[in-house]
Amino acid sequence: MTVTAPPREAAAPSPPPARPSAGRRAWNLWVRWWRRLTAMRTAIILLFLLALAAIPGSLLPQRSLSQTNVARYFADHPTLAPVLDRLYLFDVFSSPWFAAVYLLLFISLVGCVLPRAAEHFRALRTPPPPAPRNLLRLPDSAGLQTRLDDAAALDVVEEELRVRRFRVVRRQTAAGPELSAEKGYLKEAGNLVFHLSLVALLLALAGGKLWGYEGSVLVVEGGGFCNSFQNYDTYSAGPLVEGNDLSPLCVDLEDFQAEYEENLTASSFTADIRYGGPGEEGTPQTIGVNDPLRTEGDRVYLTGHGYAPRFTVTTPDGQPPLDVSAPFLPTNPSTMASEGAVKLPDLGADQPQLALQGFFAPTGVVQGGILTSIDPRPLEPQVALIAYQGYLGLDTGRPQSVYAIDQEQIARGALNEVGSANLALGETLTLPDGTAITFTGYDEFAALQLSHDPGQVWVLGAAIAVLVGLLGMLLLRRERVFARPTAAPGGGGTVLTVGSLTRGGGEGGERFAGLADELRAALSARAPARPTPPAGGVSPDPEVPTP
Amino acid sequence: MTVDTTLAELSDALFSVSVGLYSLAVVAFCAQLAFGRRPAAARELVGAGAAAEPPAAPEGPAAEPPAVRRYGIAAMVLTVLGALTHAGVLLFRGLATDRLPWGNMYEFATAVVLVAVVSFAVLAVRRPVLRHLGVFVMAPVVLAMVAIGLFLYAEAGPLVAALRSSWLAVHVTTAILGFGIFFVSGIASVMYLLRLRHDARVAEGTAERGSLLDRLPAPAAIDRLAHRTAVFGFPIWTFAVIAGAIWAESAWGRFWGWDPKETWAFIAWVVYAAYLHARTTAGWRGKGAAWVNVVGLGVMVFNLLYVNMVSTGLHSYAGVE
Ligand code: HEM
Repeated sequence: MTVTAPPREAAAPSPPPARPSAGRRAWNLWVRWWRRLTAMRTAIILLFLLALAAIPGSLLPQRSLSQTNVARYFADHPTLAPVLDRLYLFDVFSSPWFAAVYLLLFISLVGCVLPRAAEHFRALRTPPPPAPRNLLRLPDSAGLQTRLDDAAALDVVEEELRVRRFRVVRRQTAAGPELSAEKGYLKEAGNLVFHLSLVALLLALAGGKLWGYEGSVLVVEGGGFCNSFQNYDTYSAGPLVEGNDLSPLCVDLEDFQAEYEENLTASSFTADIRYGGPGEEGTPQTIGVNDPLRTEGDRVYLTGHGYAPRFTVTTPDGQPPLDVSAPFLPTNPSTMASEGAVKLPDLGADQPQLALQGFFAPTGVVQGGILTSIDPRPLEPQVALIAYQGYLGLDTGRPQSVYAIDQEQIARGALNEVGSANLALGETLTLPDGTAITFTGYDEFAALQLSHDPGQVWVLGAAIAVLVGLLGMLLLRRERVFARPTAAPGGGGTVLTVGSLTRGGGEGGERFAGLADELRAALSARAPARPTPPAGGVSPDPEVPTP
Repeated sequence: MTVDTTLAELSDALFSVSVGLYSLAVVAFCAQLAFGRRPAAARELVGAGAAAEPPAAPEGPAAEPPAVRRYGIAAMVLTVLGALTHAGVLLFRGLATDRLPWGNMYEFATAVVLVAVVSFAVLAVRRPVLRHLGVFVMAPVVLAMVAIGLFLYAEAGPLVAALRSSWLAVHVTTAILGFGIFFVSGIASVMYLLRLRHDARVAEGTAERGSLLDRLPAPAAIDRLAHRTAVFGFPIWTFAVIAGAIWAESAWGRFWGWDPKETWAFIAWVVYAAYLHARTTAGWRGKGAAWVNVVGLGVMVFNLLYVNMVSTGLHSYAGVE
């Protein structure tokens, strides 16, 4: 790399030049900084900074992972949290300083690797360099005795090296003939592919973030949803996604099944769905954990499940009974104990608003009046209900969770507890004003998530290229071998000096010893057969064309 | 699916046997080091200090007296026997539960240690001089096994639904391989740093020749071992991370989400990339690079222990009390 290239302009021993122009100075400064940024040691520092920068993202709760945990952290550390928040420590991976580190790293990478690519491209088209003057100074070298003459000895070496896929060049110099050979160009290519694929990977990731979106929704068996932002319980979208860009896809949930091992470990979750354009009949498909629906551009995942208990509410004013149901969120995935709320603001003109705070146990046992769940399967479904009447506060403009009653309304006295009971299937809780709530059954719901990430296949492609480049870079060896014959001191033969230079792979010595042995063998195999070939019989090409 | 308790108990028994064999191997490795001939060390000192003719084969086992060699061979045999029973632990776990035996932290950590032992054994069979590192590899192995048995043990049981996927199998298998290899690499770098410090002390006269550290292979050989294992481990780790992302895409709906485990896998990857760079950068080569490698090992261990047991990401394995 051009890491430690000396600042040539400054070193020139010319007479003190006139003060360089401002533009010139700015340029020099820029060149100096650019060199510093693209130096290898900067890369090491930046890699370290990247590793350090990622650490708070794993130690502090992150908004991208769990809003709830961040909210809890704010509640637990009311003075510290806002300060951390100012430093983006709850959004580390989308923070400007994290971006600064990786952008600098990638600029450094491009600035480092592109010149190297150009150099590599030039090297591909130029023959291996001339042999150094003293081959014995190379890390590995040997002298081989042979009875062959110069040219024939070099022929043998050339042949042996070509079999080993070296590019070979022979030159005629003032000091006599010599041979240079090189192999392992793919190592350099691997380096380039690896580093440039990292850039491609980053770009693909960024593209996916800009044009991707994700929405999730709870769907009760028999229900469905269509792909539009209004229909999702939560969604997030990249800045370049427009509301009407979403692909026209509707999904209906026909059936959900959960299966368990004997020890109640969940063994499989599957959902039978139909999917298609709006208004279409739809194609049936079963999706499950590890097995999403993949359509062109979109994927639909089954990310969770739970129970939605059903109730019938009969008011004392003689209105027809009302069937209601609401999804309860599992609070314990191994017993599927779930919590949720039913809110009924419009029961009738002169009825107070009604709210049920509930606990659902698919297999319930009551001990000391407390309902708990002991099995995730719906063997003995029961609910514990607390009923409130009064004013729910739904139209105050304050957002409320669908799964809980606003405690503020209770504290303020707007909602009052009017009854509670543990109900098995078919049992009824009757409130003091005569309102009757019957637990009539349950549905299962599935949490479905629709994701759209146009960058994803590109990320995969780039990742594969990263791996291929890495293997090429780490496993291949770049190796140069030089040979130069000199007349043997006693006459009647040649001493062939062979030297080699290796980059990467280590253990050059052993491999060179092996090569030297094989050359020796090849030379002696050839020598007795043809003591001295007629002069001029083999004219050594100054440069053997390379394939 | 039921768990075959006989096989599960056999697996647990083999765990104790392998800890015992490893402990004996440590004793034998110790004996090999302790009874190494002093004159050899003295000669080396002269050779190094006076830059006389370079020792012909500084790595060759030729200089060792037969008794010491026998201790070395006994240690290797014990190590290999230990590794075989250790493999049996996982084999019978797998047969008992009818699945790949790395479904929880106990099994994962056990497999990582096995990979470390096998990597070391392969290297030490091929280069006898590396046997002198045996104590320093096998003693941490014994400690790790005891800690795993005490703190991570989990009963044999089936896998939760999310873990039943072939990409997960690929991901976890390669993660174990990468981790085990990095483990050997990290220990080699630790030994390299200790040896360098010791040599420096000897040079300035604050320490004497003749300590156990002098019987280690030459610093350059240890450093080369560290680098070569890291070069071997890095693509495997890269592949493990990619396989994990492919699996996460089908299981969690996104291929990368900065879950704590993912974050630390990334941090480790970046640190090892920094190590490989440092090895080829003037000014970092040697000591600086070795420190980066040690940091890498720290990150891997942190990722295994802290992130699995303390943080609450999607990865946290169940079954650790
Ligand atoms: C995301 C950041 C990067 C990663 C993960 C990365 C990773 C790697 C790896 C694994 C190697 C192999 C080292 C070996 O052959 O043992 C390598 C080599 C190399 N990297 Fe990077 N690199 C990154 C950024 C950079 C940057 C910013 C530069 C330039 C300043 C750079 C320049 C090089 C060079 C020149 C080599 C070849 C070293 C040699 O063989 O002499 N890399 N890189």
